[in-house]
Amino acid sequence: MDLRDKVTAIIAEQAMLEPGEVKPEHSPADLGIDSLGLVESIFAIEEAFDISVPFNANAPEESDFDISTVAAITDAVERLVQEQHASA
Amino acid sequence: MSGGLRRVVITGAGTINSLGHDVASTMEAMREGRCGIGPLDLRDVERLSVQIGAQVKGYDEQAHFNRQQIALYDRFTQFTLLAARQAMAHSGISFSDEESEMSGVVLGTAGGGVNTWDENYRSVYEEGKNRVHPFVVPKLMNNAAASHVSMEYNLRGPSFTVATACASSNHAMGLAFQMVRSGMCRAMLTGGAEAMLCFGGVKAWEGLRVMSKDACRPFSANRNGMVQGEGAAVFVFEEYEHARARGAEILAEVSGFGMTADAADIVMPSKQGAERAMRIAMRDAGLSPGEVGYINAHGTGTAANDKSECAAVAHVFGAAADDLMISSTKSMHGHLIGGTGAVELLACLMALREGVIAPTIGFEAPDPECALDVVPNVAREARVTAVLSNAFAFGGLNAVLALRAA
Repeated sequence: MDLRDKVTAIIAEQAMLEPGEVKPEHSPADLGIDSLGLVESIFAIEEAFDISVPFNANAPEESDFDISTVAAITDAVERLVQEQHASA
Repeated sequence: MSGGLRRVVITGAGTINSLGHDVASTMEAMREGRCGIGPLDLRDVERLSVQIGAQVKGYDEQAHFNRQQIALYDRFTQFTLLAARQAMAHSGISFSDEESEMSGVVLGTAGGGVNTWDENYRSVYEEGKNRVHPFVVPKLMNNAAASHVSMEYNLRGPSFTVATACASSNHAMGLAFQMVRSGMCRAMLTGGAEAMLCFGGVKAWEGLRVMSKDACRPFSANRNGMVQGEGAAVFVFEEYEHARARGAEILAEVSGFGMTADAADIVMPSKQGAERAMRIAMRDAGLSPGEVGYINAHGTGTAANDKSECAAVAHVFGAAADDLMISSTKSMHGHLIGGTGAVELLACLMALREGVIAPTIGFEAPDPECALDVVPNVAREARVTAVLSNAFAFGGLNAVLALRAA
Protein backbone atom coordinates (compact mmCIF):
# COMPACT_ATOMS: atom_id res chain seq x y z
CA MET A 1 0.00 0.00 0.00
CA ASP A 2 1.53 3.31 -1.03
CA LEU A 3 1.35 6.49 1.02
CA ARG A 4 -1.69 7.81 -0.80
CA ASP A 5 -3.66 4.62 -0.21
CA LYS A 6 -2.62 4.51 3.41
CA VAL A 7 -3.76 8.09 4.08
CA THR A 8 -7.01 7.42 2.24
CA ALA A 9 -7.58 4.29 4.28
CA ILE A 10 -7.09 6.19 7.54
CA ILE A 11 -9.50 8.92 6.50
CA ALA A 12 -12.02 6.39 5.21
CA GLU A 13 -11.93 4.50 8.48
CA GLN A 14 -12.59 7.71 10.42
CA ALA A 15 -15.48 8.55 8.09
CA MET A 16 -16.80 4.99 8.28
CA LEU A 17 -16.66 4.69 4.48
CA GLU A 18 -14.98 2.33 2.05
CA PRO A 19 -11.62 3.70 0.78
CA GLY A 20 -13.08 3.75 -2.74
CA GLU A 21 -15.71 6.26 -1.63
CA VAL A 22 -13.08 8.79 -0.51
CA LYS A 23 -12.02 11.10 -3.36
CA PRO A 24 -8.98 13.41 -3.39
CA GLU A 25 -11.18 16.49 -3.73
CA HIS A 26 -13.26 15.68 -0.64
CA SER A 27 -12.88 17.92 2.40
CA PRO A 28 -13.07 16.36 5.87
CA ALA A 29 -16.48 18.01 6.29
CA ASP A 30 -17.69 16.45 3.00
CA LEU A 31 -16.92 13.08 4.55
CA GLY A 32 -18.69 13.91 7.78
CA ILE A 33 -15.47 14.22 9.81
CA ASP A 34 -15.83 16.83 12.58
CA SER A 35 -13.04 18.56 14.48
CA LEU A 36 -12.64 15.75 16.99
CA GLY A 37 -12.61 13.19 14.15
CA LEU A 38 -9.94 15.21 12.42
CA VAL A 39 -7.75 15.23 15.52
CA GLU A 40 -8.17 11.46 15.70
CA SER A 41 -7.23 11.04 12.01
CA ILE A 42 -4.12 13.12 12.49
CA PHE A 43 -3.14 10.98 15.43
CA ALA A 44 -3.60 7.86 13.28
CA ILE A 45 -1.47 9.42 10.52
CA GLU A 46 1.29 10.26 13.01
CA GLU A 47 1.29 6.68 14.27
CA ALA A 48 1.16 5.12 10.80
CA PHE A 49 4.01 7.17 9.33
CA ASP A 50 6.00 7.83 12.51
CA ILE A 51 5.85 11.56 11.97
CA SER A 52 4.82 14.57 14.01
CA VAL A 53 2.07 16.67 12.41
CA PRO A 54 1.95 20.37 13.33
CA PHE A 55 -1.75 20.90 13.93
CA ASN A 56 -3.59 23.05 16.47
CA ALA A 57 -7.36 22.51 16.53
CA ASN A 58 -7.84 26.13 17.61
CA ALA A 59 -6.39 27.53 14.42
CA PRO A 60 -6.39 24.79 11.76
CA GLU A 61 -5.93 27.33 8.98
CA GLU A 62 -2.77 28.65 10.60
CA SER A 63 -1.25 25.25 11.21
CA ASP A 64 1.54 24.31 8.82
CA PHE A 65 -0.55 21.39 7.64
CA ASP A 66 -3.19 21.81 4.95
CA ILE A 67 -6.33 19.89 5.83
CA SER A 68 -8.63 21.39 3.21
CA THR A 69 -8.96 18.21 1.13
CA VAL A 70 -7.85 14.60 1.10
CA ALA A 71 -5.35 15.48 -1.64
CA ALA A 72 -3.93 18.35 0.43
CA ILE A 73 -3.59 16.12 3.48
CA THR A 74 -1.82 13.46 1.41
CA ASP A 75 0.62 16.01 -0.04
CA ALA A 76 1.32 17.38 3.43
CA VAL A 77 1.96 13.92 4.82
CA GLU A 78 4.31 13.16 1.92
CA ARG A 79 6.26 16.35 2.66
CA LEU A 80 6.45 15.61 6.39
CA VAL A 81 7.64 12.06 5.78
CA GLN A 82 10.41 13.38 3.52
CA GLU A 83 11.39 16.11 5.98
CA GLN A 84 11.28 14.02 9.12
CA HIS A 85 12.78 10.85 7.70
CA ALA A 86 15.39 12.59 5.54
CA SER A 87 18.23 11.67 7.83
CA ALA A 88 17.15 8.04 8.10
CA MET B 1 -35.40 29.87 61.39
CA SER B 2 -37.23 26.72 60.37
CA GLY B 3 -38.77 26.22 56.98
CA GLY B 4 -37.75 28.99 54.56
CA LEU B 5 -34.57 29.49 52.64
CA ARG B 6 -31.53 30.84 54.44
CA ARG B 7 -29.20 33.46 53.07
CA VAL B 8 -25.67 32.23 52.38
CA VAL B 9 -22.54 34.32 52.79
CA ILE B 10 -18.82 33.82 52.30
CA THR B 11 -16.84 34.48 55.46
CA GLY B 12 -13.43 33.06 54.61
CA ALA B 13 -11.19 32.45 51.61
CA GLY B 14 -7.88 30.71 51.01
CA THR B 15 -5.79 29.79 48.00
CA ILE B 16 -2.51 28.64 46.57
CA ASN B 17 -1.95 28.94 42.84
CA SER B 18 0.63 30.15 40.37
CA LEU B 19 -0.10 33.80 41.19
CA GLY B 20 0.46 33.48 44.92
CA HIS B 21 0.35 31.30 47.99
CA ASP B 22 -2.52 33.20 49.61
CA VAL B 23 -5.50 35.39 48.76
CA ALA B 24 -3.74 38.73 49.20
CA SER B 25 -0.88 37.91 46.84
CA THR B 26 -3.25 36.35 44.30
CA MET B 27 -5.47 39.42 44.24
CA GLU B 28 -2.44 41.67 43.99
CA ALA B 29 -1.30 39.73 40.93
CA MET B 30 -4.79 39.99 39.43
CA ARG B 31 -4.81 43.76 40.02
CA GLU B 32 -1.42 44.08 38.38
CA GLY B 33 -2.33 41.78 35.50
CA ARG B 34 0.62 39.56 36.26
CA CYS B 35 1.03 36.27 34.40
CA GLY B 36 1.69 33.04 36.30
CA ILE B 37 2.36 31.04 33.14
CA GLY B 38 5.92 30.03 32.33
CA PRO B 39 8.17 27.17 31.25
CA LEU B 40 7.13 23.92 32.93
CA ASP B 41 9.57 22.49 35.41
CA LEU B 42 8.81 18.78 35.55
CA ARG B 43 10.34 15.39 34.81
CA ASP B 44 10.63 14.48 31.10
CA VAL B 45 9.41 17.92 30.02
CA GLU B 46 11.60 17.59 26.91
CA ARG B 47 9.27 14.83 25.67
CA LEU B 48 6.24 17.13 25.82
CA SER B 49 5.19 19.21 22.85
CA VAL B 50 3.48 21.67 25.21
CA GLN B 51 6.09 22.96 27.64
CA ILE B 52 4.33 25.85 29.39
CA GLY B 53 1.95 25.95 32.32
CA ALA B 54 0.93 27.93 35.39
CA GLN B 55 2.80 26.02 38.10
CA VAL B 56 2.80 26.75 41.79
CA LYS B 57 6.35 27.97 42.30
CA GLY B 58 8.53 28.15 45.39
CA TYR B 59 6.50 25.44 47.07
CA ASP B 60 8.09 23.24 49.72
CA GLU B 61 5.74 20.52 50.97
CA GLN B 62 7.99 19.86 53.96
CA ALA B 63 7.41 23.38 55.22
CA HIS B 64 3.72 22.52 55.71
CA PHE B 65 3.43 18.78 56.27
CA ASN B 66 5.33 16.09 58.13
CA ARG B 67 6.65 12.85 56.63
CA GLN B 68 3.56 10.79 57.50
CA GLN B 69 1.27 13.41 56.03
CA ILE B 70 3.28 13.66 52.83
CA ALA B 71 3.00 9.89 52.45
CA LEU B 72 -0.80 10.33 52.42
CA TYR B 73 -1.30 13.74 50.75
CA ASP B 74 -1.04 14.02 46.99
CA ARG B 75 -0.17 17.50 45.72
CA PHE B 76 -3.87 18.32 45.13
CA THR B 77 -4.68 17.38 48.75
CA GLN B 78 -1.80 19.47 50.03
CA PHE B 79 -2.98 22.49 48.04
CA THR B 80 -6.53 21.97 49.32
CA LEU B 81 -5.48 21.73 52.95
CA LEU B 82 -3.37 24.88 52.73
CA ALA B 83 -6.27 26.79 51.17
CA ALA B 84 -8.72 25.40 53.73
CA ARG B 85 -6.48 26.42 56.64
CA GLN B 86 -6.32 29.97 55.30
CA ALA B 87 -10.08 30.08 54.79
CA MET B 88 -10.81 28.78 58.29
CA ALA B 89 -8.40 31.25 59.89
CA HIS B 90 -9.84 34.08 57.81
CA SER B 91 -13.40 33.19 58.74
CA GLY B 92 -12.70 32.72 62.44
CA ILE B 93 -15.56 30.24 62.51
CA SER B 94 -15.66 27.54 65.17
CA PHE B 95 -18.17 24.74 65.56
CA SER B 96 -20.11 23.39 68.47
CA ASP B 97 -20.54 19.64 68.50
CA GLU B 98 -24.00 19.98 66.98
CA GLU B 99 -22.84 22.48 64.39
CA SER B 100 -19.97 20.27 63.28
CA GLU B 101 -22.53 17.60 62.46
CA MET B 102 -24.36 20.14 60.33
CA SER B 103 -21.26 21.29 58.47
CA GLY B 104 -19.21 19.55 55.82
CA VAL B 105 -16.87 19.75 52.86
CA VAL B 106 -17.79 19.74 49.17
CA LEU B 107 -14.88 20.11 46.80
CA GLY B 108 -14.31 19.87 43.07
CA THR B 109 -11.46 18.18 41.26
CA ALA B 110 -11.30 16.61 37.83
CA GLY B 111 -8.23 14.42 38.20
CA GLY B 112 -7.64 13.98 41.91
CA GLY B 113 -4.21 12.56 42.65
CA VAL B 114 -2.83 12.65 39.12
CA ASN B 115 0.76 12.98 40.33
CA THR B 116 0.32 9.85 42.42
CA TRP B 117 -1.05 7.91 39.45
CA ASP B 118 1.79 9.21 37.29
CA GLU B 119 4.59 8.40 39.74
CA ASN B 120 3.31 4.91 40.46
CA TYR B 121 2.58 3.97 36.86
CA ARG B 122 6.12 5.09 36.08
CA SER B 123 7.42 2.93 38.86
CA VAL B 124 5.62 -0.26 37.78
CA TYR B 125 5.67 0.18 33.99
CA GLU B 126 8.89 2.08 33.29
CA GLU B 127 11.04 0.97 36.18
CA GLY B 128 9.54 -2.51 36.27
CA LYS B 129 8.90 -2.52 40.00
CA ASN B 130 6.39 -5.00 41.32
CA ARG B 131 5.53 -3.24 44.56
CA VAL B 132 4.01 0.17 45.30
CA HIS B 133 3.63 2.17 48.49
CA PRO B 134 0.68 0.96 50.61
CA PHE B 135 -1.03 4.37 50.54
CA VAL B 136 -1.29 4.76 46.78
CA VAL B 137 -5.07 4.33 46.72
CA PRO B 138 -5.97 6.62 49.65
CA LYS B 139 -3.53 9.17 48.22
CA LEU B 140 -4.84 9.28 44.66
CA MET B 141 -8.60 9.00 45.27
CA ASN B 142 -10.58 12.05 44.18
CA ASN B 143 -12.22 12.44 47.58
CA ALA B 144 -8.93 12.39 49.53
CA ALA B 145 -8.78 16.17 49.84
CA ALA B 146 -12.39 16.50 51.04
CA SER B 147 -11.84 13.74 53.57
CA HIS B 148 -8.64 15.23 54.97
CA VAL B 149 -10.28 18.64 55.33
CA SER B 150 -13.23 17.07 57.15
CA MET B 151 -10.79 15.29 59.49
CA GLU B 152 -8.68 18.37 60.12
CA TYR B 153 -11.74 20.39 61.24
CA ASN B 154 -13.94 17.58 62.58
CA LEU B 155 -16.68 18.42 60.08
CA ARG B 156 -19.12 15.51 60.15
CA GLY B 157 -21.92 16.67 57.88
CA PRO B 158 -22.35 16.10 54.13
CA SER B 159 -18.91 15.76 52.54
CA PHE B 160 -17.95 14.60 49.07
CA THR B 161 -16.13 15.44 45.88
CA VAL B 162 -17.65 16.53 42.60
CA ALA B 163 -16.00 15.69 39.29
CA THR B 164 -17.42 17.54 36.31
CA ALA B 165 -14.16 18.34 34.53
CA CYS B 166 -13.72 22.11 34.19
CA ALA B 167 -16.95 22.85 36.08
CA SER B 168 -16.12 20.72 39.15
CA SER B 169 -15.48 23.59 41.57
CA ASN B 170 -18.51 25.56 40.46
CA HIS B 171 -20.71 22.51 40.85
CA ALA B 172 -19.18 21.87 44.29
CA MET B 173 -19.73 25.44 45.45
CA GLY B 174 -23.23 25.48 43.99
CA LEU B 175 -24.16 22.36 45.93
CA ALA B 176 -22.60 23.73 49.13
CA PHE B 177 -24.63 26.90 48.62
CA GLN B 178 -27.84 24.91 48.19
CA MET B 179 -27.16 22.83 51.29
CA VAL B 180 -26.69 25.90 53.48
CA ARG B 181 -29.59 27.71 51.86
CA SER B 182 -31.96 24.83 52.47
CA GLY B 183 -31.10 24.71 56.16
CA MET B 184 -29.52 21.28 55.84
CA CYS B 185 -26.09 22.67 56.75
CA ARG B 186 -24.85 25.51 58.89
CA ALA B 187 -21.55 26.08 57.11
CA MET B 188 -19.58 24.37 54.35
CA LEU B 189 -15.96 24.38 53.31
CA THR B 190 -16.08 24.40 49.54
CA GLY B 191 -14.04 25.10 46.44
CA GLY B 192 -11.66 22.83 44.62
CA ALA B 193 -8.17 21.89 43.54
CA GLU B 194 -6.18 20.42 40.69
CA ALA B 195 -2.58 19.27 40.39
CA MET B 196 -2.25 17.77 36.93
CA LEU B 197 1.03 19.31 35.86
CA CYS B 198 3.09 16.16 35.56
CA PHE B 199 4.25 14.30 32.46
CA GLY B 200 1.14 12.14 32.07
CA GLY B 201 -1.24 14.95 32.97
CA VAL B 202 0.10 17.28 30.29
CA LYS B 203 0.66 14.51 27.73
CA ALA B 204 -3.02 13.54 27.91
CA TRP B 205 -4.09 17.12 27.20
CA GLU B 206 -1.65 17.44 24.30
CA GLY B 207 -3.58 14.74 22.50
CA LEU B 208 -6.63 16.94 22.01
CA ARG B 209 -4.56 19.61 20.27
CA VAL B 210 -6.36 22.44 22.00
CA MET B 211 -3.35 23.58 24.02
CA SER B 212 -1.32 26.67 23.28
CA LYS B 213 2.44 26.34 23.07
CA ASP B 214 3.10 29.99 23.87
CA ALA B 215 0.38 31.83 25.85
CA CYS B 216 -3.24 31.92 26.97
CA ARG B 217 -4.98 34.80 25.14
CA PRO B 218 -8.72 34.53 25.81
CA PHE B 219 -11.02 36.48 23.46
CA SER B 220 -8.05 37.72 21.42
CA ALA B 221 -8.35 37.12 17.66
CA ASN B 222 -4.97 35.36 17.67
CA ARG B 223 -5.73 33.04 20.59
CA ASN B 224 -4.46 29.53 20.01
CA GLY B 225 -5.54 27.44 22.94
CA MET B 226 -5.60 26.85 26.64
CA VAL B 227 -2.77 26.60 29.15
CA GLN B 228 -3.01 24.34 32.19
CA GLY B 229 -2.57 25.60 35.73
CA GLU B 230 -2.60 24.07 39.20
CA GLY B 231 -3.55 25.00 42.74
CA ALA B 232 -6.59 25.28 44.97
CA ALA B 233 -9.03 27.70 46.50
CA VAL B 234 -11.36 27.00 49.42
CA PHE B 235 -14.10 29.17 50.92
CA VAL B 236 -16.27 29.14 54.01
CA PHE B 237 -19.93 29.34 52.98
CA GLU B 238 -21.94 30.18 56.08
CA GLU B 239 -25.54 30.73 56.95
CA TYR B 240 -26.03 34.51 57.16
CA GLU B 241 -27.65 34.68 60.62
CA HIS B 242 -24.91 32.48 62.03
CA ALA B 243 -22.24 34.73 60.56
CA ARG B 244 -23.98 37.88 61.78
CA ALA B 245 -24.51 36.52 65.28
CA ARG B 246 -20.79 35.93 65.70
CA GLY B 247 -19.85 39.26 64.11
CA ALA B 248 -18.05 37.69 61.17
CA GLU B 249 -16.77 39.76 58.30
CA ILE B 250 -18.92 39.00 55.26
CA LEU B 251 -16.99 38.92 52.00
CA ALA B 252 -19.99 38.49 49.69
CA GLU B 253 -23.37 36.83 49.48
CA VAL B 254 -23.84 33.73 47.33
CA SER B 255 -27.21 34.40 45.81
CA GLY B 256 -27.84 31.98 42.98
CA PHE B 257 -26.73 28.90 41.11
CA GLY B 258 -27.63 27.48 37.72
CA MET B 259 -26.58 24.19 36.21
CA THR B 260 -27.43 22.59 32.88
CA ALA B 261 -26.28 19.87 30.52
CA ASP B 262 -25.84 20.48 26.79
CA ALA B 263 -26.68 16.86 25.98
CA ALA B 264 -24.93 17.46 22.67
CA ASP B 265 -21.19 16.85 22.26
CA ILE B 266 -18.43 15.53 24.50
CA VAL B 267 -16.04 18.42 23.76
CA MET B 268 -17.73 21.12 21.67
CA PRO B 269 -19.61 23.65 23.82
CA SER B 270 -23.21 24.58 23.16
CA LYS B 271 -24.32 28.19 23.28
CA GLN B 272 -27.78 27.17 24.46
CA GLY B 273 -26.49 25.16 27.42
CA ALA B 274 -24.40 28.12 28.59
CA GLU B 275 -27.28 30.54 28.13
CA ARG B 276 -29.65 28.45 30.16
CA ALA B 277 -27.14 28.08 33.01
CA MET B 278 -26.64 31.85 33.22
CA ARG B 279 -30.38 32.53 33.05
CA ILE B 280 -31.15 29.99 35.77
CA ALA B 281 -28.41 31.40 38.05
CA MET B 282 -29.76 34.94 37.63
CA ARG B 283 -33.34 33.87 38.18
CA ASP B 284 -32.29 31.90 41.27
CA ALA B 285 -30.57 35.02 42.58
CA GLY B 286 -33.42 37.36 41.64
CA LEU B 287 -31.07 39.33 39.41
CA SER B 288 -31.89 41.03 36.14
CA PRO B 289 -29.17 41.29 33.47
CA GLY B 290 -28.84 45.02 34.09
CA GLU B 291 -27.83 44.38 37.69
CA VAL B 292 -24.88 42.13 36.85
CA GLY B 293 -21.76 44.25 36.40
CA TYR B 294 -19.12 41.59 35.87
CA ILE B 295 -18.77 38.02 34.68
CA ASN B 296 -15.73 35.94 35.38
CA ALA B 297 -15.75 34.03 32.11
CA HIS B 298 -14.96 30.42 31.50
CA GLY B 299 -12.71 31.99 28.82
CA THR B 300 -10.34 29.12 28.13
CA GLY B 301 -8.59 30.77 25.19
CA THR B 302 -9.70 28.06 22.78
CA ALA B 303 -11.32 29.07 19.52
CA ALA B 304 -14.50 27.17 20.32
CA ASN B 305 -15.20 28.17 23.93
CA ASP B 306 -14.59 31.89 23.70
CA LYS B 307 -16.73 32.33 20.60
CA SER B 308 -19.59 30.28 22.01
CA GLU B 309 -19.42 31.89 25.46
CA CYS B 310 -19.46 35.43 24.07
CA ALA B 311 -22.42 34.63 21.85
CA ALA B 312 -24.27 33.17 24.84
CA VAL B 313 -23.53 36.20 27.03
CA ALA B 314 -24.54 38.63 24.27
CA HIS B 315 -27.81 36.79 23.79
CA VAL B 316 -28.68 36.50 27.49
CA PHE B 317 -27.77 40.09 28.33
CA GLY B 318 -29.10 41.81 25.21
CA ALA B 319 -28.69 45.58 25.48
CA ALA B 320 -27.33 45.17 29.03
CA ALA B 321 -24.21 43.54 27.51
CA ASP B 322 -23.01 47.04 26.59
CA ASP B 323 -22.48 47.87 30.26
CA LEU B 324 -21.12 44.48 31.24
CA MET B 325 -17.48 43.63 31.91
CA ILE B 326 -16.33 40.07 31.31
CA SER B 327 -12.79 38.85 31.82
CA SER B 328 -10.91 35.58 31.82
CA THR B 329 -8.39 35.33 34.61
CA LYS B 330 -7.18 32.04 33.11
CA SER B 331 -4.89 34.30 31.12
CA MET B 332 -2.99 34.76 34.40
CA HIS B 333 -3.45 31.61 36.53
CA GLY B 334 -4.01 29.19 33.68
CA HIS B 335 -6.80 26.64 33.52
CA LEU B 336 -6.94 24.77 36.82
CA ILE B 337 -9.44 22.32 35.27
CA GLY B 338 -11.47 21.04 38.24
CA GLY B 339 -10.11 23.74 40.55
CA THR B 340 -10.54 26.64 38.21
CA GLY B 341 -13.92 27.98 39.35
CA ALA B 342 -12.64 28.20 42.92
CA VAL B 343 -9.63 30.35 42.07
CA GLU B 344 -11.79 32.41 39.73
CA LEU B 345 -14.25 33.14 42.54
CA LEU B 346 -11.44 35.23 44.05
CA ALA B 347 -11.68 37.61 41.08
CA CYS B 348 -15.42 37.87 41.80
CA LEU B 349 -14.75 38.71 45.46
CA MET B 350 -12.20 41.32 44.40
CA ALA B 351 -14.73 42.91 42.07
CA LEU B 352 -17.47 43.02 44.72
CA ARG B 353 -15.32 44.07 47.68
CA GLU B 354 -12.60 46.21 46.21
CA GLY B 355 -14.24 47.49 43.05
CA VAL B 356 -11.36 46.17 40.96
CA ILE B 357 -12.08 44.10 37.86
CA ALA B 358 -9.30 41.62 37.05
CA PRO B 359 -8.19 41.93 33.42
CA THR B 360 -7.94 39.48 30.55
CA ILE B 361 -4.22 39.68 29.89
CA GLY B 362 -2.47 38.61 26.69
CA PHE B 363 -5.15 40.38 24.70
CA GLU B 364 -3.59 41.45 21.41
CA ALA B 365 -6.32 41.82 18.80
CA PRO B 366 -10.10 42.12 19.00
CA ASP B 367 -12.17 39.27 17.62
CA PRO B 368 -15.51 40.30 16.09
CA GLU B 369 -16.93 37.05 17.46
CA CYS B 370 -15.98 38.11 21.01
CA ALA B 371 -17.28 41.68 20.83
CA LEU B 372 -17.76 42.30 24.56
CA ASP B 373 -15.87 44.44 27.06
CA VAL B 374 -13.27 41.85 28.03
CA VAL B 375 -11.27 44.27 30.24
CA PRO B 376 -8.16 43.86 28.09
CA ASN B 377 -4.75 43.69 29.73
CA VAL B 378 -5.26 46.24 32.54
CA ALA B 379 -7.42 45.93 35.66
CA ARG B 380 -10.20 48.45 35.96
CA GLU B 381 -11.83 50.22 38.89
CA ALA B 382 -15.58 49.87 38.78
CA ARG B 383 -18.34 49.54 41.32
CA VAL B 384 -20.29 46.34 40.81
CA THR B 385 -22.96 44.93 43.10
CA ALA B 386 -23.58 41.56 41.46
CA VAL B 387 -21.43 39.16 39.44
CA LEU B 388 -21.56 35.79 37.73
CA SER B 389 -18.87 33.14 37.52
CA ASN B 390 -19.13 30.83 34.50
CA ALA B 391 -17.84 27.28 34.12
CA PHE B 392 -18.63 25.24 31.01
CA ALA B 393 -17.06 21.80 31.12
CA PHE B 394 -16.09 19.16 28.61
CA GLY B 395 -19.01 16.81 28.53
CA GLY B 396 -21.34 19.80 28.15
CA LEU B 397 -21.91 20.28 31.88
CA ASN B 398 -22.40 23.91 32.85
CA ALA B 399 -22.39 25.59 36.27
CA VAL B 400 -22.85 29.29 36.94
CA LEU B 401 -22.70 31.00 40.33
CA ALA B 402 -24.27 34.38 41.12
CA LEU B 403 -22.89 36.57 43.92
CA ARG B 404 -23.97 39.87 45.39
CA ALA B 405 -21.92 42.40 47.33
CA ALA B 406 -22.22 42.04 51.12
